[in-house]
Amino acid sequence: MLPGEVAVISGFMDDEISTKLLEMGFLPGSFVTYNFAAPLGDPICVTVSNLDLSLRIAEASTISILE
Amino acid sequence: MAGDKKLRIALAGKPNSGKSSLFNQLTGLNQKVGNFPGVTVEKRTGTFSINGTTADVMDLPGIYSLYARTLDEKIVAEIFGNHSSEFYPDEVVLIADATNLKNSFLLLTQLIDLGLPVVLALNMVDMAVKSGQSVDIKKLSFAFDVPVVMINARKGQGINELKDVLATRVNPSSRKIFSISEEVLPSVRQIKEHFKLRSDYEAYQFLQQTNSLTHLTADEKNYVHAIAKQIGFFPGKYQGAETIRRYEFIQDLLNQVIIKASNPGWKKSSHRIDKIITHKVWGYAIFFAMLFLIFQSIFAWAQVPMDLIDNGFAALSDWLDRSLPDGPLFDLISQGIIPGIGGIIIFIPQIAVLFAFISILEETGYMARVVFLMDKIMRRFGLNGKSVVPLMSGWACAIPAIMATRTIENWKDRLITIIVTPFMSCSARLPVFAILVALTIPDKMILGFINLQGLVMMGLYLLGFLAAIFSALLMKVLIKAKERSYLIMELPTYRMPMWKNVGLAIIDKTKAFVFDAGKVILAISIVLWVLASFGPGDRMNKAEETVIQQAQNERLTEQGLADRVAAYKLENSYAGVIGKFIEPVIRPLGYDWKIGIALITSFAAREVFVGTIATIYSLGSTEDPQPIRERLASEVNPETGGPRFTMAVGFSLLIFYTFAMQCMSTIAIVKRETGGWKWPLIQLGYMTGLAYLGAFIAYQFLS
Repeated sequence: MLPGEVAVISGFMDDEISTKLLEMGFLPGSFVTYNFAAPLGDPICVTVSNLDLSLRIAEASTISILE
Repeated sequence: MAGDKKLRIALAGKPNSGKSSLFNQLTGLNQKVGNFPGVTVEKRTGTFSINGTTADVMDLPGIYSLYARTLDEKIVAEIFGNHSSEFYPDEVVLIADATNLKNSFLLLTQLIDLGLPVVLALNMVDMAVKSGQSVDIKKLSFAFDVPVVMINARKGQGINELKDVLATRVNPSSRKIFSISEEVLPSVRQIKEHFKLRSDYEAYQFLQQTNSLTHLTADEKNYVHAIAKQIGFFPGKYQGAETIRRYEFIQDLLNQVIIKASNPGWKKSSHRIDKIITHKVWGYAIFFAMLFLIFQSIFAWAQVPMDLIDNGFAALSDWLDRSLPDGPLFDLISQGIIPGIGGIIIFIPQIAVLFAFISILEETGYMARVVFLMDKIMRRFGLNGKSVVPLMSGWACAIPAIMATRTIENWKDRLITIIVTPFMSCSARLPVFAILVALTIPDKMILGFINLQGLVMMGLYLLGFLAAIFSALLMKVLIKAKERSYLIMELPTYRMPMWKNVGLAIIDKTKAFVFDAGKVILAISIVLWVLASFGPGDRMNKAEETVIQQAQNERLTEQGLADRVAAYKLENSYAGVIGKFIEPVIRPLGYDWKIGIALITSFAAREVFVGTIATIYSLGSTEDPQPIRERLASEVNPETGGPRFTMAVGFSLLIFYTFAMQCMSTIAIVKRETGGWKWPLIQLGYMTGLAYLGAFIAYQFLS
């Protein structure tokens, strides 16, 4: 994904982290916007269910999306 | 309910929902900060009055859901899962951020299913209205079957209404929001029967997070584990499914109660600020400017009140010394206890200033961006984006710096930060460095404009910093983490700090330091005073006679004689005995017993090194460093006939003081922050070992 893009969440690839992501509002079927990355490329800032969140690339990459 | 038992209220909610502001509004100054038993999670409790009776209120750590991964979350899960706990609340206030109801309601639905009496406090309604969103409170209250109160925690609105509702003793909600799946329900009922629990969901929690619930005995855990195994229960899968179901419920509800759909453009100004704050160049420039400002204020501005305190206590001690009659008890007061208390009070300005800044950074939402900016670099070294502020503050003083690590949620990251922070060269090392550098490094210019002494000073600061980050790297490998490190966190919208919160944070931190670390500092000061003032045999008592006898042929002034007596006394005190005793150990570093005494007494605080050296070399006053330097330069090593303080000894001492944890206040604060003696002792051993090794290499290499 590139900054400014929006995608729909389809599922998760890591069981352990998925509960945490779900609780924060990363729900399958909801929209996620990639806002910008930190200057060093990691972590990144996304918006999901009207909330700005920061997460590491490693964490973000466990979320599968429909383009 | 009669007044025989106090009403216990818990505040729950997600981070950044305004929980702490509400807590401060409810309790004002009637609050105290402690730790939950056995763990280092901060426990904030307070009292306020409802209809003339007092209620205890506890501010729980901010969480999104009952499912626990971090220590903070486990504490909350445990409190709500254990009826016999002294913290089990009679009523729970759930604070929901009206601008983000969806996330706030997840925990609410869980609390309702647990059968807890909940009051929903809707915070930041004004912000939500601004964004074009309003909530149908009646419908909301009916849907959850809980009382709803609109509050503004920042302005203190709605607090009385909330108190009134709490005074009526609300009933648990009659709703059941999540239905446990058919295949596990029989087992859940079995657990419910066995433990005599109130609700199915409570029993379900036992099944879900058996190991997080610390009140269960091993037998009880085995009982639950056996049931889980029987039905092939796998928590991860069920937790995810449950969260999705709850959010479905919440989304349906929100579609009914939210009157106008929110307009996502309202966060635009926050995003615009983020463009600058997290910019490649500006982001770091602003960050370093901020650090410089903090550093400058702890280092320079706090120095004024610190000097006042220092001089005040010195004068008080001096005055008491002169006005009280002679005797060990009075000496203890004037030379042991008063300087000991002074040694605690002196840190207050630095702690207050640092926490004023940190609290403002957190309140405005900037701290989350600091983490965002620095996380990648710091993570390489086993640290966390939030470790930056404590580490930099360590250049001023390790004590407020270590207290500042509380902002780091991950226990392992926090522990590593605590352990490596004292390597940062604090301001107390400066006088020691100044004397030793002036003594051993020639005052020369390199390339015509670089002062060699200044360069060495800078090198020492750099050395401390390198020791800190490489130790962090080592700790990262050595310390086993129980919890996984996450960086899934909210970047809250920027807003003005709430000054009441800033003020209370300063008071909290200062109190915590004075009362908890202060006790240890005072105790060690007294021990050190005893060691330096008493000695074996009667040589201490005969000090004056002996010195007068020895000095018969020298023409000493009265002051010179008194200085000589003080030196003789110190030599024959227990500290002197220990100094001589450790001489074989420190000889490979190039030190003699006199330096040994200074090492021992400077354990109280590094800067004491200068004073002790002054006493032992009969210099008296330590106000002016010039005579100390000259006196030390002329000190002769009896074995070599050359000067005692050679370049090798100087460097050896400099490196020793760079690495060694020569500060009892730091040990006291680490003990407080880690909840036991284990980590401060490991840290002391590690730092002293490294200091010894470094000093040994420096001395052997240079001599």
